[in-house]
Amino acid sequence: MRHRKYPFIVGFLIVPVVLYVVLVIWPYLQTFGYSLTDWSGASQKMNFIGLRNYAKLFGDNVFISAVGHNLLLLLVLPVATILLALFFAFMLNVGGRSGTGGVQGVRGAAFYKIIFFFPQVLSVAILSVLFQGVYRTDQGGLLNGILVKLGLEDAGHPWQWLADPDLGLWCVTGVLIWSGVGFYLVLFSAAMQSVPKDIYEAALLDGAKRAQTFFKITLPLLWETIQTAWVYLAIAAMDAFALVSTMTPGAYYGGGPDHHSEIMATYLMRNFITFGKAGYACAMGVVIFFITLILSVVSLRVTRREKIEF
Amino acid sequence: MGSATEYNRRDIFKRAAAVTVLAAGSGSLLAACAGGTGSSSDNNSAAPGTGGNAANPFGVKAGDPLDVVIFKGGYGDDYAKSFEDMYKKTYAGANISHLGTQDISPKLQPRFNAGNPPDVIDDSGAQQLKIDVLAGADQLTDLTKLLDAPYLDDPSKKIRDVLLPGTIEQGTIGGKMVSLNYVYTVFGLWYSAKLFKDKGWAVPKTWDEFITLCGTIKAAGIAPFAHQGKYPYYANYVILDLIAKQGGLDLVKKIDACDATAWDDPAVLAGVTAFYKIMDGDFLLPGTNGMTHTESQTAWCQGKAAFIPSGSWLENEMIKVTPADFDMAFLPIPSLSGDKLPATAVRAGAGEPFIVPSKAKNQAGGLEFLRMMLTKEGSGKFAAAANSLTVLKDGIGADVVLKPGTKSSSVAVTAAGSNTFNFSYPDLQTAFDTELQNATNELVNKRIGPKDWVARGKAATSKKV
Repeated sequence: MRHRKYPFIVGFLIVPVVLYVVLVIWPYLQTFGYSLTDWSGASQKMNFIGLRNYAKLFGDNVFISAVGHNLLLLLVLPVATILLALFFAFMLNVGGRSGTGGVQGVRGAAFYKIIFFFPQVLSVAILSVLFQGVYRTDQGGLLNGILVKLGLEDAGHPWQWLADPDLGLWCVTGVLIWSGVGFYLVLFSAAMQSVPKDIYEAALLDGAKRAQTFFKITLPLLWETIQTAWVYLAIAAMDAFALVSTMTPGAYYGGGPDHHSEIMATYLMRNFITFGKAGYACAMGVVIFFITLILSVVSLRVTRREKIEF
Repeated sequence: MGSATEYNRRDIFKRAAAVTVLAAGSGSLLAACAGGTGSSSDNNSAAPGTGGNAANPFGVKAGDPLDVVIFKGGYGDDYAKSFEDMYKKTYAGANISHLGTQDISPKLQPRFNAGNPPDVIDDSGAQQLKIDVLAGADQLTDLTKLLDAPYLDDPSKKIRDVLLPGTIEQGTIGGKMVSLNYVYTVFGLWYSAKLFKDKGWAVPKTWDEFITLCGTIKAAGIAPFAHQGKYPYYANYVILDLIAKQGGLDLVKKIDACDATAWDDPAVLAGVTAFYKIMDGDFLLPGTNGMTHTESQTAWCQGKAAFIPSGSWLENEMIKVTPADFDMAFLPIPSLSGDKLPATAVRAGAGEPFIVPSKAKNQAGGLEFLRMMLTKEGSGKFAAAANSLTVLKDGIGADVVLKPGTKSSSVAVTAAGSNTFNFSYPDLQTAFDTELQNATNELVNKRIGPKDWVARGKAATSKKV
């Protein structure tokens, strides 16, 4: 029956592979093609203009600052999300201390887990509406309302939050972290529970404190999961389109005020849809593709460690 | 207008995939680049003008389906359904598909690319397909044949004879009329006549009086001025109108043409400096610089602010939250000393562009639909359903009862007479407009001053299409 193996495997693979090629690979290739044209995005008419779009792109200050904002997100988002998720997961699974000994989470861990996961079930659209209410610029906003009531800010000049050039991007980052922590908490919890309890018990008997248990045992044993989380979050940081485009001010896909929260995706969309510079936007798409690809490869390489067997 | 429609980046990949599937049929990437899928051009066979007669100038085939897409914004989309009923009365066999949406671009861009656009589109709102882009890509039908077609209510006249002045110009790019701007929109400041009466405030005629009144209003504990901060183009209605009145119609033309020298005209600095007095006097509704149009207009309806800038769609847009005795009223932008245009002059003109794509399957039906909109019956139905005026001359019969805001704006239009002006750059110079909006947002936040605003406006002219 051996000779029947390959047709059997191919039979299963052919449909997904064809779908993948047609729906994923082919559009990517097309984007490369379109990026060499002056396509307007409103019809199939276009002229080949070589690398002119790319030359223009590297002299475009708005795009350069958008790349900068994405890189800032790339630094902040994975670090903050992973640290918070790890801390909470540790507290919920092994951080508790009880009189009888043994390994367990803090009191009410099961309840907290549900609460933390809650943001994950909300769609991005709901998140956006919800947090626009939180960040609203008059006293009707949750934050401004509280701050004004507490007398911490002047009711005549409330904080601008998303509309403030220095705060806007951070406000969005806050929402991204808030919505992401729950998922990674559950991911890390699952990984922690697969660590044999006797390792922790041995550490406890040796008198290890919480911090020591965390750094000497939990972190090394979770390394692979953290690495996965890192790559996912890096890709999320390169995107962030839905929240930035709906929450921040600015004509057509946000990015304001005055490009202060501009990211690559919002600038791409504005050029693609609004300004009719689809060829130029495709060139941005290609640049984003390569940046994301390089970052994924680099972060996988840099974080590579020897696997610990247990 | 200006709604923050939810949007997902995945949509664009879905669209890319859709384009791909279509292009895949043509064999290679180059073939796709070279233009179209071949199948779309076959649909063009029913070119209008063939087989037309006086009663049916475009040669509509009664059984052809009609595909209508309407921007469901400040005017809603109920009015379009009554137009569709009118169309069905004449062409009973026509199957009409109606889509009312705020997502014009996301829904229609892939259809344009695939060569399968609808037959009539009300192309408006924050997600509108830009007319300059569509015209550049040869996607729009030249509406000259509509202008030369007989007027349905009186076949001795042509459509071009019954349109309000400026309508044709507003939709003309490169000598071709590509969009019928159907709604006669008036732009300016709005206030509650009841509030002003209760407080004994006189409506200001000059900008100095306006600024003085702002001080009085502030002292009474109400914010004098609100604007739709997240969408700075509303504030531009005030700034650019001050500039237009000060500098005159030639300056309006130069600004529309993205002529950099327009920005050296002292009228530009005078206008924006006058506007800046609002910031100097701290007359803004707290938080208004970051609020959406809905948030700020609602606050205004609740009496938290006295004035707000907007177009005449405002009354219909806010109809659900406006108190019954609000008595909405319109005020043209007050005048500055030395103005070239009189105090009664207003920014007014044709808005809400309706287009017939050049690749529409039922192009004749689309043109006929527009012709039916331009009847007394159509115009009256629009006025009743959307509380706004249309570009049809004397388009409203005595039987149509106007709401106070619409009535007051039509009084202002009558008072202005021939002294109306309008800017076309928001429709036809999108990249320039976006830059100018960014500059205005910086200005209202006092991060830049009037001189910097002028400099940024001048620099933005380099974005000319």
